[in-house]
Amino acid sequence: MRLIVGEGSCGLAAGAGAVHTRLQELLAEANPTGVELGITGCNGMCFLEPIVDLYDDEGALHRLVKVQAKDADKIYQAATTGDLSLVDGLRISAEDAEFLDKQTRIALRDCGIIDPESIDDYLAHGGYQAITKILAEGMSQENVIHEIDVAGLRGRGGAGFPTAFKWRAARDAKADETGQKYLICNADEGDPGAFMDRAVIEGDPHSLIEGMLIGAYCIGASEGIVYVRAEYPLAIIRLRKAIEDATARGYLGDNILGSDFSCTLRIKAGAGAFVCGEETALIESLEGKRGMPRLKPPFPAQAGYWLKPSNINNVETYANVAWIIVNGGAAYAAMGTENSRGTKVFALSGKIRRGGLVEVPMGTTLREVIFDIGGGIRNGKEFKAVQLGGPSGGCVPASKLDTIIDYAELSATGAIMGSGGMVVMDESTCMVGMARFFLDFTAKERMLEILSRVVDGKGEEGDIEKLEELCYAIKDGALCGLGQTAPNPVLTTIRYFRDEFEAHIAEHRCPAGECRELITYYIDQDKCVGCTACARQCPVQAISGERKSPHKIDPTLCIKCGNCKTACRFGAVQVR
Amino acid sequence: MSKQKPSDLSLIEPVLDSYAEVPGSLIAILQETQAAYGYLPMDAMEYIAKRTGTPIATIVGVATFYAQFRLEPVGKYLIMLCQGTACHVNGSELISAAISDELGIHDGETTPDGLFSLEHVACLGCCSLSPVMMINGTTYSSLTPDKAKKVLRSLAAESAEGGASA
Ligand SMILES: Cc1cc2nc3c(=O)[nH]c(=O)nc-3n(C[C@H](O)[C@H](O)[C@H](O)COP(=O)(O)O)c2cc1C
Ligand code: FES
Repeated sequence: MRLIVGEGSCGLAAGAGAVHTRLQELLAEANPTGVELGITGCNGMCFLEPIVDLYDDEGALHRLVKVQAKDADKIYQAATTGDLSLVDGLRISAEDAEFLDKQTRIALRDCGIIDPESIDDYLAHGGYQAITKILAEGMSQENVIHEIDVAGLRGRGGAGFPTAFKWRAARDAKADETGQKYLICNADEGDPGAFMDRAVIEGDPHSLIEGMLIGAYCIGASEGIVYVRAEYPLAIIRLRKAIEDATARGYLGDNILGSDFSCTLRIKAGAGAFVCGEETALIESLEGKRGMPRLKPPFPAQAGYWLKPSNINNVETYANVAWIIVNGGAAYAAMGTENSRGTKVFALSGKIRRGGLVEVPMGTTLREVIFDIGGGIRNGKEFKAVQLGGPSGGCVPASKLDTIIDYAELSATGAIMGSGGMVVMDESTCMVGMARFFLDFTAKERMLEILSRVVDGKGEEGDIEKLEELCYAIKDGALCGLGQTAPNPVLTTIRYFRDEFEAHIAEHRCPAGECRELITYYIDQDKCVGCTACARQCPVQAISGERKSPHKIDPTLCIKCGNCKTACRFGAVQVR
Repeated sequence: MSKQKPSDLSLIEPVLDSYAEVPGSLIAILQETQAAYGYLPMDAMEYIAKRTGTPIATIVGVATFYAQFRLEPVGKYLIMLCQGTACHVNGSELISAAISDELGIHDGETTPDGLFSLEHVACLGCCSLSPVMMINGTTYSSLTPDKAKKVLRSLAAESAEGGASA
């Protein structure tokens, strides 16, 4: 029997570490049947963490979910005695299991399956076969790039630029007398709501290394650098170990696998600046400077890191490469749409029932991802919008849920494919508040001023038009991609939720019941059972009433902290 | 500004020995410096300027550009509260209010006893378990105002115990 604990950042945040420690203690005391204990990365089912996968002696998987440290004894008993009925209460439900069954996993092929800290496990699952094939068969750079071209792979970092085109440009760029070219991986993953890259590095770091090796081979680079954001300490630890192990086994370093191809890899930790996800800002940061975007051209392919020819791709882009070489570009291109081939990973979060990581073929509809896989909205509420593409993206409303995942189709909605963050919102999310939230992020002071007064109920007629004008002015005048796309979240929220903006201005009302200045809390006298839970949670004693009879909120005392609404188990506390 | 007491510069000697001559290492040096002192003391930055031959203005420019770097000391526990999109949608503002209510500090501030500092950050990559905060490397997920307060209280208690026995 084997017990595998899911230990990505999400699993650990939910308490996987304590489960692991307890199992380890028990097995150290007595382990008569030789039960093995191991770890794996995030399998994408974050909503069920912590997860323990029990493999029985026939190799069949029994997945145990929402496991707490106190459950460890039961699991230990089951594993050591073979009586699996002991853990029946922890098994994943058939419905939740569909979350994985409806996906097609390529970039995430090993995540949640292999031990990310073991190069042997990666090798046992077909790892390093692609680079071995390339070097053993002596495939030319062009042959390899051709396969990527046939696959139709486009950059997964947001812009969707064809990867083969970039690799050819970097290969053809003339190096100076040092002959130095660089291959860079963008693991800055700055879009809030996106965590695909973290999951790949934490769960399958060798697949990133192998993809980068192939890229370095194709462009003629002897040095690779992974720029990882500072907020991902575990990813850095796992990647560092993977680089050490790959070097020790001869997959990195001089004369890889006996060929004349040599390449080293190192990690650079970011220091927290959203704009450093932009490739030229990232390069400035790599050089130890402030991360200010450079003017393009020249492009990194001509003059990148230390002004040498450089190629930069996103983590997920590289994670697809080895699969394509092993299975052929045509197999990859067989999935997806005419212009968007293969699969894409999305990070589902917000008001979704099943939050986590989803990889689907391009061409799947947003509805299928959010409802069929993600299970729709939590607590029986109504879907309102999904935010795609982070601060450069936009909000897509319910009427556009049948849009397919395709670079062009998503752009047509005013949002973008982006890097893959999908933050789902329900009826209780205020869209004016969302627009302000995003500008906070990209800091556009004048727009903020207007949106803040709208949110506070002090909006004026003409404010919406003023906002739209400002958005277009920023788009037109922008130097880098950030400026050109930063107004998108505001523009799409106005486009699809104009009535909400108008309600704030004309009626001083927040339809979502979220904007503090515009709402009052009250207790539905029919629903209140007089349990006093709300009154006990009120920090300013604004709630009064006898036990077992309906309570009341004094609006002059209420500070709108929302404690009462959270405390009420009968849905009696409401806002208007 | 009150005068800070001089920093023990020997702490960053090893970093400077290995990085001072390597071009492009300024951010790495500053990261190691902050790891040593908990923040970037002015005299340490001046010393880095001297050893690397980088103008002090460049060093301060880099230190102020990146959110990770702090020019003031922080509390024993640094609360990094996520204000990313997913956390926002799931009520991070209520968590922020609860922390302020419990500790009397806001974004960027430290409690007078030097125990806690609060810092708002963009996204911790645990969006599916939002709202989220990270304190000294440990992530706390699916927060409610109540749960956040409990975490802070248990850390304060833990610190008081450690202090008594020391
Ligand atoms: C403001 C801004 C932020 C960006 N952030 C990221 C990021 O966090 N991760 C990423 O891979 N690409 C990001 N990009 C896109 C990169 O500039 C670049 O296009 C990408 O790394 C190229 O890799 P790909 O071709 O594999 O997608 C950002 C772009 C802009 C304008
Ligand atoms: S938005 Fe808070 S962890 Fe990502």
